Amino acid sequence: MDTTLLVIQLLNGLQLGILLFLVASGLTLVFGILDFVNLAHGAVYMLGAFICASLTFVTGSFVWAVFFALPLVAIAGYLLERFIAQPLYERDHLDHVLGTFGAILVIDTLAHLVWGPAGIAIPLPAYLDGQIEILTEIVVPTYRLTIIAAGLSAAAGLYWLVNFTRLGMLIRAGASNRTMVSALGVDIKTLFSLVFALGAVLAGLAGMLIAPITEASLGMGNNIIITAFVVIIVGGIGSMKGAFYAALFIGLIDTLGRAFLDDIFKLFMSSAAAENSAPALSSMLIYILMALILSMRPQGLFPPKLR
Amino acid sequence: MIVMNPTKNTTKRVAKVVILVAVLIVPLMLSTFGFTFYLDLATRLSILAIAAVGLNLILGYGGMVSFGHAAYLGIGAYAVGIPAHHWLYGGLNMVASTNGFLQIGLAILASALFAFLTGLVCLKVKGVYFIMITMAFAQMLYYLLVSISEYGGDDGLVIDTRSEFPLISLDDPLQMFLVSVLSLFIIMWGVRRIAKSQFGMVLEGIKGNEARMISLGYNTFRYKLVAYVISGVICGFAGALLGNFTTFISPEMIDWARSGELMFMVILGGVATTMGPLLGAITFIVVEEVLSSLTIYWHLPFGLMLIGIVLFVRGGLSSLLERGQKTDD
Amino acid sequence: MTELLSIKGLNKSYGGVKATDDLNLSILKGELHAIIGPNGGGKTTLISQLCGNVMPDSGSVHFSGRDITTMSEHKRPHLGMSRTYQITSLIRTMSVLDNLQLAIQAQAGHSFRFWSDVRRHQIERERASSYARQVGLEGQIQSRVDNLAHGEQRRLEVAMALTSNSCLLLLDEPLAGLGGQEAAEMIKLLDSLKGHKTMLLIEHDMDAVFSLADRVSVLVYGHIIATGPPEDIRQNAEVQQAYLGEA
Repeated sequence: MDTTLLVIQLLNGLQLGILLFLVASGLTLVFGILDFVNLAHGAVYMLGAFICASLTFVTGSFVWAVFFALPLVAIAGYLLERFIAQPLYERDHLDHVLGTFGAILVIDTLAHLVWGPAGIAIPLPAYLDGQIEILTEIVVPTYRLTIIAAGLSAAAGLYWLVNFTRLGMLIRAGASNRTMVSALGVDIKTLFSLVFALGAVLAGLAGMLIAPITEASLGMGNNIIITAFVVIIVGGIGSMKGAFYAALFIGLIDTLGRAFLDDIFKLFMSSAAAENSAPALSSMLIYILMALILSMRPQGLFPPKLR
Repeated sequence: MIVMNPTKNTTKRVAKVVILVAVLIVPLMLSTFGFTFYLDLATRLSILAIAAVGLNLILGYGGMVSFGHAAYLGIGAYAVGIPAHHWLYGGLNMVASTNGFLQIGLAILASALFAFLTGLVCLKVKGVYFIMITMAFAQMLYYLLVSISEYGGDDGLVIDTRSEFPLISLDDPLQMFLVSVLSLFIIMWGVRRIAKSQFGMVLEGIKGNEARMISLGYNTFRYKLVAYVISGVICGFAGALLGNFTTFISPEMIDWARSGELMFMVILGGVATTMGPLLGAITFIVVEEVLSSLTIYWHLPFGLMLIGIVLFVRGGLSSLLERGQKTDD
Repeated sequence: MTELLSIKGLNKSYGGVKATDDLNLSILKGELHAIIGPNGGGKTTLISQLCGNVMPDSGSVHFSGRDITTMSEHKRPHLGMSRTYQITSLIRTMSVLDNLQLAIQAQAGHSFRFWSDVRRHQIERERASSYARQVGLEGQIQSRVDNLAHGEQRRLEVAMALTSNSCLLLLDEPLAGLGGQEAAEMIKLLDSLKGHKTMLLIEHDMDAVFSLADRVSVLVYGHIIATGPPEDIRQNAEVQQAYLGEA
């Protein structure tokens, strides 16, 4: 296999990993701190993509669209928290799952009503749409690098926010001891709303970043949410660090598996057999890995400290 | 002792019998008057109710919240479709057949195997992990089926021929209905017996306090695994019927929205009760029919209804869970 | 008397804190052996390791001469040891009789019986009620555990440990949270078991310990600092300083 293809696939894997992290970090944040299972997280990701698409046509610029779409997604997250999540905090996880499942149906159908059944392509500005030579002879699309850079900055920003700010201190304290945080005189309700909105922004951002490549489409949220589940299961539910490593790992494995598994299979089986079995296996690869990791470490790779 | 008002108890029993009889008779009557549409609806209802009964065994009686049970519907349907496909178009001589016993046997075996293998992993964990992992495994199967172009990939496959049995023809809507509804009754009765058996009591104990069951000396993992496999097999059987009913198989059958709908039926109808899954399936079918006749966007009111139920049923749906147990004699 | 349970060099630490520190203890057949010690001394951790809920870092546990150090929790009751919990642990949604029947069945081989109605197994139902009678719960056999008073739940807890033909009972603070009358009944119950069962009793109520126990061990910071008959322990200077002196 040639180097260019390998580099491109590595970048694709990295890109998928980073997007997965943006989605998974919100899930794990909300679960770790609020002990809430949010199935509708993927719907927010989709919403981000659609809002960004519409705003791109309004403002004429993808970058401005992202800028204006982020607060809108935060509001969507806030509304979700206020009207569905908040009344369910004290309930069983089963109620969370069913309530947010209902929310998915509502959000998906609303998106269908507003944006129609077909996907919406988002045009990129010229300076993002080209190709760039990163090494001699190795040319990669500029936008892929942009996604990786934007995603990594968001991850770094999140790291800074959680570890070096007062809000982050409260978030970390809230995860380990809720009563203590409320005893500090912090309005725990507002804190929870903020965390939820933050998660929504991260997921929405991921949706906006991917939309120019894949289009904004109705099923996109439901596809990524389950992969994000795999990420946080592998990483350890509630662990930010786990989500980060697991997201990159899953992103790379999935991408490289789909790209190269048939070549690898051809080394020891007929090419017809390889072409039949490789897609089947590569589509299951991350789930099989999840099963293997869980059977060895039921709490995931980086279980959070006991709460 | 739970003191029950004897007249209330009798009323309840009568109500149950009335519902069962109605499920059997009403569609037959309507179809004799020419409303064959309702016969098909009742067939679909019966098949979904079978799947819900299967899910209820682990979700209701065993407290294992699986969000991936539509996988077994898919497995069952593909176990009918794949042999039929090869019988028609060649290839895979090993399974190519339209023999109903072989197809249903395959559906049961494949469901049992999938439940066993995934159960080994997901039953090691609890709570949210369990919900997510069952979901992930169903999705794995979804992507697997999408990746196999021979069986239509994303688009699915029309099955041109139904399972063949001696004396029975599933091509006849009436017979298809009778097979489905009688299977439903038998399976409801069977699961009721299991729930009241020694095994069922252990399952109930595990749901109530697993740590205690372990310290009493129960290898709870094995009991859960067996329940999980039985549940998968029941849903796989329902899938085989569904494949025959729709004569169409596609990965969409495994979509997690289908799993969610199954959960909805079980929980809304009343978990850990004999009638619950059937009542839930009736509710679901009625709601779906009524809403989808009003608008193609029926998921919107359906979603709102679901949210409303979760939010406003006092103490949450899990309280229905408790109540169900007490009132089911 | 022969040794029933033998614990040698047991260690368990959690993130640098030693919950069990080179613990040696031997329980003789037929005795009621009490373990006392200050809170956080590692008593519940010890019970957890004996019943297999927690695996020790090092050391060994032998039961009737058999090494059970790393045996799974669910296998141990079948050898003849059962436990009660400090915080009541029952199947709250089921009836008293069901709880007892489950405890009985646990010992009777497997429960993969799928067909006959278990609540109509007259022989087992009768056996279950006899245990309910033994702890004075005969009037409550059909009640859901949820609806029992705290003292009744504590007694059911003990009754469930009795149903197994266990020779060893691990009792984790059976008097916890019991009022005067209820505590007296529990003490009477434990006293009636003396001689029939070997018991390892963890308890804070000193009067109960000194009236019931054949021997007492003192557990401080995960280590047994003294073992002996109740009178000796009462007079042991080290013990008084470490524990009784505080009280």
